[in-house]
Amino acid sequence: MTPKKSPHPDTGPALKEAARRLDVSTRRLFLRNALGLGTLTLLAGREVVDGASAEQALSFMSDFNDRVQAWLFNPGKLAREYPESMITRPFPFNSFYLPNSPEKAPMVDPTTYRLNITGMVESKADWTLDQLYALPRTTQITRHICIEGWSAVGKFTGVRFSEFLARIGADKTAKYVTMRCDDNYVTSIDMATALHPQTQLTFFLDAQILPRRHGFPMKLRVPTKLGFKNPKHIGEIQIGNEYTGGYWETYGYNWFSGL
Amino acid sequence: MPQSTTLTVRSEALQKPSPPIHPLAVRITHWINAFAMIVMILSGWGIHNAYPTLPFAFPEWMTLGGSFPGALRWHFAAMWLLVINGGIYLAYGFLTDRFRRKLLPIWPRDVLRDALAAMSGKLDHEDFSTYNAVQHALYAGVIAAGVLAIITGLAIWKPVQLKEITSLFGDFDNARIMHFAAMCTIVLFLAVHVTMSLIVPKSLRAMIIGR
Repeated sequence: MTPKKSPHPDTGPALKEAARRLDVSTRRLFLRNALGLGTLTLLAGREVVDGASAEQALSFMSDFNDRVQAWLFNPGKLAREYPESMITRPFPFNSFYLPNSPEKAPMVDPTTYRLNITGMVESKADWTLDQLYALPRTTQITRHICIEGWSAVGKFTGVRFSEFLARIGADKTAKYVTMRCDDNYVTSIDMATALHPQTQLTFFLDAQILPRRHGFPMKLRVPTKLGFKNPKHIGEIQIGNEYTGGYWETYGYNWFSGL
Repeated sequence: MPQSTTLTVRSEALQKPSPPIHPLAVRITHWINAFAMIVMILSGWGIHNAYPTLPFAFPEWMTLGGSFPGALRWHFAAMWLLVINGGIYLAYGFLTDRFRRKLLPIWPRDVLRDALAAMSGKLDHEDFSTYNAVQHALYAGVIAAGVLAIITGLAIWKPVQLKEITSLFGDFDNARIMHFAAMCTIVLFLAVHVTMSLIVPKSLRAMIIGR
């Protein structure tokens, strides 16, 4: 905790605001900003130093929690599945953009849509929607849990992600699978979770083609992770060893965010 | 030789100081717990505000973290301190038999009697080494609430990997409400506990320096 110190009469509030903005950047951005912080430190003295070291400690703990969760993750442990009677209808809409409105969801043309595959894979060929729809399907009724605390049960149908990764010849020793989306959202998950039997490339919600508001033409359903790790409107899937983070992760959400 | 006898008696008195009211282990774990618990509560309020359980949000100045992601980071960092320190405290309490000696028995009739006596200002609060019946109930109760907060916390942190714990409370949504209820219980305890320690400052001193 930051001990209370008397603020500098002129620069105090402005620097506090500057430091607060730095607070929300990722640890990577944070390191990049280290020089800037040093300048702030010279100007404002202890107050910003304390804020920065607290922020470093919190980043350290978030990294530590990533490792703990990876260790705790049991590839055979399945998320609870529910009967049809427990499905939440309508399934709630939520977005990373503001205003939080389905009107702002991207419009994807199914005829021209292509899924790009990049990184450590054998086949980098694009996928059309017809090709994706032809893949073998599984259905799950699982609970989507948002980091905000709400949850909803949905019925998701699509191809097992491990099956899809096998078809593109993904290197399963790679560390990360990154999803880049048509609404400019990005997130990434660990390979162990990508290969989990319930991780699904989802094309249908409640037996209907995935509506625009819920991520047409596809979302990644990851019932072993929080909702923001379930990206919608996926346009590119990348396999690699380089940490790619994600949109909310840059604001301080824990990267692994396993359930 | 009277002189030497006097010396022996004096050195014995020096070697056997009266034991502290609260052992050092209890004082250290108490204050670490106080810090960790306050961080958990204030950051928890910031998390609550993202999707309120109650029809209100806690004012932002009462929350810790500066933002929702900040509150989450504080919560998931301080949880380690709370659990490790709490584990040491519980192990100490059970292994040294302290819990049984200090907190038992808890008879509702005694608790009511002492509570009424306390409210009419007639409860003797001079000897801090033994607890009255209200203290038995409050301290045992808040330890139980703390354990419940941790168990419900695990239930909503890991509803897949630890789904057996989540199912103890029905499902995720219920476990989340129970987590909130555990927090409310602890906050109510704190209101009484902090008030009492300020009314009887010697009790505060005893928890800091042991006497």
